[in-house]
Amino acid sequence: MPRPVNPRKIVAPPRFRELVPSGAPHGKREPVEFLYEEYEAVKLADYENLNHKEAADLMGISRPTFARIYENARRKIARAMVEIRPLATVYGNAYMDNSWYYCKKCHARFTIPGDKPKNQCPVCKSTDQIELINPENEK
Amino acid sequence: MKTIITAEGNTLQAKFDLRFGRASWFCLLDEINGKTEFIENDFKESQSGAGTRVAQKIADFGAEKVISGDFGPKAKDLLDALNIQMVILQDDTLTVDDIIQKLK
Repeated sequence: MPRPVNPRKIVAPPRFRELVPSGAPHGKREPVEFLYEEYEAVKLADYENLNHKEAADLMGISRPTFARIYENARRKIARAMVEIRPLATVYGNAYMDNSWYYCKKCHARFTIPGDKPKNQCPVCKSTDQIELINPENEK
Repeated sequence: MKTIITAEGNTLQAKFDLRFGRASWFCLLDEINGKTEFIENDFKESQSGAGTRVAQKIADFGAEKVISGDFGPKAKDLLDALNIQMVILQDDTLTVDDIIQKLK
């Protein structure tokens, strides 16, 4: 059995689902699957101009692993361009940070994304019964 | 605001499905006008990656909140990054309608 893949840390997923070539002579072709960590690798190396070591540290992986992901990403971009295929973003082996809350009144557990009201239960709407679940206990 | 509730069937009387990625149906509820719509889960039988594919689909529907019994680690991370609120209810005796009533 192969060794399990270490998860790669990413800041945020790409803000699109597909990059589709326009003006191609034929209809839409099978997309090339572009993993989130590949997007992150290209972003760090070529958009933010980090070197591979810095980028690897940010993603919590080794430099050779980063280089491999980056290499794959470039090949996929090249393949998409030459074969006129869309690039579809697909979740690979990435993870992002988050935290959970608990409502003592209705026993719901939930997350609070950035744009949602703080300290309000999304189910029973109570505001004084919310507590943060300690991530240490969750794991 | 739109909310997704995982369901075992495509009616309001259907049981709430505790699974997320492999739930049978999704009830898309518009909390403003109370309208509901049921969508079948195409990824129910998929070998892997169901949770994340479903999460992407939910983002496509424009939902801002998902109610289910549990979320896998990958689905959790992705929904979080997509700014979608996750709500976990562990009571499998509820029907979809019970949950909609709770939200009111």
